[in-house]
Amino acid sequence: MNSTDDLIKHYEERLAAFEERLRRMEADAGSAPAPVRPMRAGTGLRLGVDVGGTFTDLLMLDEKNGRTYTAKVPSTPADSSIGVLNGIEKICREAGIAPTDITEVMHGTTVATNTVLTNAGALVGLVTTKGYKDVLQIARSYVPGGLGGWVIWNKTPPLAPLELTIEADERMGANGEVVSSLDESRIRKDLKKLFDQGIEALTIALFNSYANDAHEKRIAEIARDIAPDIPVSTSASIMPEMYEYERAETTVVNSYVRPVVSKYVSNLQRELRNRMGENVLLQILRSDGGLSSAQLAMDQPVNLLMSGPAGGVSGALWIAKQAKFENLLTFDMGGTSTDVALIQNSVARTRRETRVADVTVRAPSIDVRTVGAGGGSIAYVPELTKALRVGPQSAGADPGPAAYMKGGEEPTVTDANVVLGYLPSDAKLGGDMAISRDKAAEAVGKIADALSIPVEEAAEGIIKIVNENMCGALRLVSVEQGYDPREFALIGFGGAGPLHANALARLINSWPAIIPPGPGVLCAYGDATTQLRNEASQTYVTRVADTSDAEVGKMLNALRDAAARELTSEGVAQSGQSVIYQIDIRYHGQGMKLTIDVSPEDFEREGLAGIGRRFDKEHEQLFTFALDAEHELVGLRAVVQDAEKSFIAENQGAGGADASSARVHTTRIYTDGNWQEGHIYDRDRLRPGNRIEGPAVVTEMDSTALILPDHVGVVDDVGNILIWPADHENAR
Amino acid sequence: MVAKIIQSDTRPFNRIAVDPITLDIVENALRNARTEMDAVLFRTAMSPGIREQHDAFPMIANQEGKMVVGQFGSFLYGFINGYEGTIEDGDIFITNDPYSCNGAVSHLNDWLLMMPIFHEGKLVSWAAMFGHMTDVGGKVPGSLPTDAKMIYEEGMIVPPTKIFRKGELADEVLNIMLHNCRMPEWNKSDFFAIIAALRLAERRVRENIDRFGVDTYISAMWDMLDRNKAAMSAIIQMIIPEGDHKAHFEDWIDDDGMGNGPYRIACSLWREGEVAHFDFSDSDPQSLSSINFLLNEEMFKMFFGAFTINLFDPQILFNDGFYDLVEVHIPEGCILKPKKPAALSCRTHMLGRIFDLMGGLLGQGAPDALNAAGFSDSPHFMYSGFNEQGEWYQLFQIGFGGVPGRPAGDGPDGHSMWPAFTNVPNEFLEAYFPLRIREYATIPDSGGAGLHRGGNGITIAYEMMEKGEISIHDDRWLTYPWGVNGGEPGMRSTKRLVRTDGSEENIPSKCDRIAVNPGDILYFNTWGGGGWGNPLKRDPELVALDVSRKLVSEEGAKRYGVVLSRGKVDRKATEKLRNKMAGSQSKQLFNRGFESIEELKKRCKAETGFEPPAAPVFHRFMQAAE
Repeated sequence: MNSTDDLIKHYEERLAAFEERLRRMEADAGSAPAPVRPMRAGTGLRLGVDVGGTFTDLLMLDEKNGRTYTAKVPSTPADSSIGVLNGIEKICREAGIAPTDITEVMHGTTVATNTVLTNAGALVGLVTTKGYKDVLQIARSYVPGGLGGWVIWNKTPPLAPLELTIEADERMGANGEVVSSLDESRIRKDLKKLFDQGIEALTIALFNSYANDAHEKRIAEIARDIAPDIPVSTSASIMPEMYEYERAETTVVNSYVRPVVSKYVSNLQRELRNRMGENVLLQILRSDGGLSSAQLAMDQPVNLLMSGPAGGVSGALWIAKQAKFENLLTFDMGGTSTDVALIQNSVARTRRETRVADVTVRAPSIDVRTVGAGGGSIAYVPELTKALRVGPQSAGADPGPAAYMKGGEEPTVTDANVVLGYLPSDAKLGGDMAISRDKAAEAVGKIADALSIPVEEAAEGIIKIVNENMCGALRLVSVEQGYDPREFALIGFGGAGPLHANALARLINSWPAIIPPGPGVLCAYGDATTQLRNEASQTYVTRVADTSDAEVGKMLNALRDAAARELTSEGVAQSGQSVIYQIDIRYHGQGMKLTIDVSPEDFEREGLAGIGRRFDKEHEQLFTFALDAEHELVGLRAVVQDAEKSFIAENQGAGGADASSARVHTTRIYTDGNWQEGHIYDRDRLRPGNRIEGPAVVTEMDSTALILPDHVGVVDDVGNILIWPADHENAR
Repeated sequence: MVAKIIQSDTRPFNRIAVDPITLDIVENALRNARTEMDAVLFRTAMSPGIREQHDAFPMIANQEGKMVVGQFGSFLYGFINGYEGTIEDGDIFITNDPYSCNGAVSHLNDWLLMMPIFHEGKLVSWAAMFGHMTDVGGKVPGSLPTDAKMIYEEGMIVPPTKIFRKGELADEVLNIMLHNCRMPEWNKSDFFAIIAALRLAERRVRENIDRFGVDTYISAMWDMLDRNKAAMSAIIQMIIPEGDHKAHFEDWIDDDGMGNGPYRIACSLWREGEVAHFDFSDSDPQSLSSINFLLNEEMFKMFFGAFTINLFDPQILFNDGFYDLVEVHIPEGCILKPKKPAALSCRTHMLGRIFDLMGGLLGQGAPDALNAAGFSDSPHFMYSGFNEQGEWYQLFQIGFGGVPGRPAGDGPDGHSMWPAFTNVPNEFLEAYFPLRIREYATIPDSGGAGLHRGGNGITIAYEMMEKGEISIHDDRWLTYPWGVNGGEPGMRSTKRLVRTDGSEENIPSKCDRIAVNPGDILYFNTWGGGGWGNPLKRDPELVALDVSRKLVSEEGAKRYGVVLSRGKVDRKATEKLRNKMAGSQSKQLFNRGFESIEELKKRCKAETGFEPPAAPVFHRFMQAAE
């Protein structure tokens, strides 16, 4: 192993090279854009890009030739688009192609999430209707925790501070009628004062604006007039639904993350165009697993809060389909946090709302739970209790774990993995990232000293505690939803997932633990394989008796055309598009609504009466009763979708049980209080059918997997490693 | 007479050892079933009280009727013991009569449904749920007449009755019930929504049994009950000192809506061995109006348990397991145990005040863990009439106020202290009722000053768009939500009606059938929470921040000894004022804001505009007004 001085020198060289690339990039940005080449989506290469807290992962799909390429580069938190561009350069170089051959870039991003998690969003000003400035302060008056819950509950302050909330003198009625017109000179004056206080984004959330948003729009105009650079979000455009608190909160969150997200997306788009041509199509993965155009992503970033995790779940779904597992717990462990989700019968659970930390918004998302535990989570010992705690503070990508030698000094989970030999200091991360065991041991030594125990014991303690934290998250999506984790397989991915998957599977009894090939780029897989989908919707609260088949049919057609237009403009031929109408309907007087899916042909044939019948049937099935009450429409939606892309699985030649040809060398691993002898394997040399006896470490370009003693890893036909207890029937 | 349970298989269950993982899974599956019951109910119910405000409470009990998951403890044991008839597979029971279920529900508006769950011929569990119906008939819209003298004026009384018999709906019974309500559509939908929730619980219970086996399922429930008992035993011994000393506390309901008051509730607390004793003997006798509260002893145990366990382990799944560790004594004829046929409909104030009482009682042993008095009520606003199209409209709405200052921090502004409750979105109100909500805001300075300030109350300005009538049930217009440990009391509640001709009047706290016309605006102002700890110790910058948020006024900042100048803290003036105020601070643990009830009554007229209520006159053996 190199001396510390050598490593620092090596790092400085890389830094210099990196800065050189940056300079080139900036020079490029100034030059004239490349000539426009006509290009249609689906004809060239698709690139999936996932930006995590520590690494940026890329996956390129070459459908024509049935090939995939992957690349991994360090994330650049100050401006993550730089990391993306580095990755593109790398993947093109390694694949031997020109960036201009790439026609579509699909991107899952955690920029929005991290902005909320780290309280790093914009200073948001809020405009409400007169009499409603406390809309976020009072919220829905709900106190969590059941009987007596108020004793310990403290409310987090609103994301738009109350002192930066102003009231507009105006009023809309529930039917959209103007009750009192907008006092423009007054709001202009008050907005000026608000801008003077340094707000960085503005939300306008007026009462009853779901019925008529004319005043919201007018105030937005005035605001742009005064401060053209401050992004304005109006509530009716973000969430055109009844309920003033939910609409205001969702829109404020949109404003809160918007400056960060739009700066990021617009930089990225500009740079992509510089490299790939004006026609390259950038799309951002939404929280619900759908795709959003770059512009929409910039305007409505509230739909991206779960974008990164959605990519992981989509990727896990894809790989699980290949490996024929239908029930899965997904476990995506990155540098700063871990996301878990549950997939049953190959369908990921979704929900109508998105939650990040204390923030809940009305935007659909895959049901992903996040815990602040990752490879970069910092371990510490509080003076008072002498307990060992891990996270949620994280060393992130910068300075990162001590072992990465980028200036980090605090002991992290990664450092513990290094000390224990799980992450061998002679294995490589991201191809060219060096690891120092000395630095790791030095950092973990702080814990050992505080607890007066040997450094290995301290390291193992850190791992056990972080595993327990993640186990809690897995219980949230399984046991606490009434699912038995013993009936699920566990798939571990993200940079650190494969290191912890075996131990976690043992904790919750979910077998096998699946280590997918290229686990770090699984999210990017999800991004790249997601279908193009677009929808257009409108609120339409009307009793069925007050409308007609013809009227509703006309509106649905218009929605279909609107949704299809964008898809067509993105290069999806109309012949390849499928259309579904969704009609939200309920009994008049109910608060809920059910969504009835119907094809345009069926709607043509059955009309609203047919929708009513389907609704009654579904209501009875779901809730055991139907009513003879009047039906009421709530909303109409048209969903237009591209045909499903064929999957690409790399075909690998089968091998026998003997994995010894993939052995790199022997190594020592500390587990259950002892140092044990094991082998390091090179994943690239493993073949289907190979068996790896634990303890073993399997390294590959972008990650490292750990197989514990008394466990065995079996390579399946598509290259997954399935880890089983050695005495499990499936292990034999 | 005990109900006869008809089972085709009468062999007893075997108690077996359940491994901890399975126990956790059963526990969480039941917890989740309860959450699902709520979700189904809120989605399918129609009345705003249930669908938006969540005034409904589910429960799953074991085969003996002991609550395993739920909020308020089990009333099933009492029902099983009192019901004269059979309990069979496919039966569902309904009642709304507090007097025939020992207060399991405490007024006629709450329809309680109970369903035995059978598996292969054996009773394995119970599911139950009650929900507040907007109207159950009686003399006034909303069925909550302040001036009722007997329960018969408050709506139709349904004793425990099989509404489903062997799976068949007794639709004639349901018809009778619906024909006695002003909003039959809502009641019908809410009724079926509750049935749907019960059926869901049944499905989940059976799934658990299929998965783990019936003995494991039953044993797991026993284990869960035992686990609670052990936890509560430790808590009781931790927070209630043993010995001769009895803690004592009292609080009041301001009036009975008929000019009498305040009514006192008082309780003593002590511990003998591992058993905690609560004695309500010093409380006033029952009232002649509808403010009586038939307090179910088991439910009180649950209040006590939930209140304390949250301080120690909020994650625990709370249940009935610890009931043997608590003794509750409420004498008959007391305002908390009125005799039939006393009116009960407006018991909400007394029910809420129980929590202030309990806080004051338990906190004496541990002042650091003591909360101030909060929004201990669920005040009602009702508005009804015929609109221009001749259609009947009727709204029942619950208001919220200030959570008190607590050791944990400031009290949230305008929040609910009742579990699961949420406010009705004002856009919903305007879309479905002839109302325009002109203002929905917190009331500056209404929270009591303290190191941790009490939460502010809320002002709601209801503009009526149709001719109709309003009713109000509220309290704390006379006594204050008290402060503790140096904290000050919160502000009282007020109601002001502004007519289109510009005239204004203060509306009493409890009133029915006030006629209103289009354009009239009612300002319904709820009360704030009491303050916790010495307000002079509060960081002046925090006070300045509250002022910039208009939660505290510049004048109100002086209650904290903080002087502001152009929005900034004037350090010098603040120090001077604080020094001056420090000398005259009260050293009392509780700051009620008055010396005695007599002293309070003397300033009643000047401060509230209303004559003080007359001291209630109690008669021995009084049951109900003639």
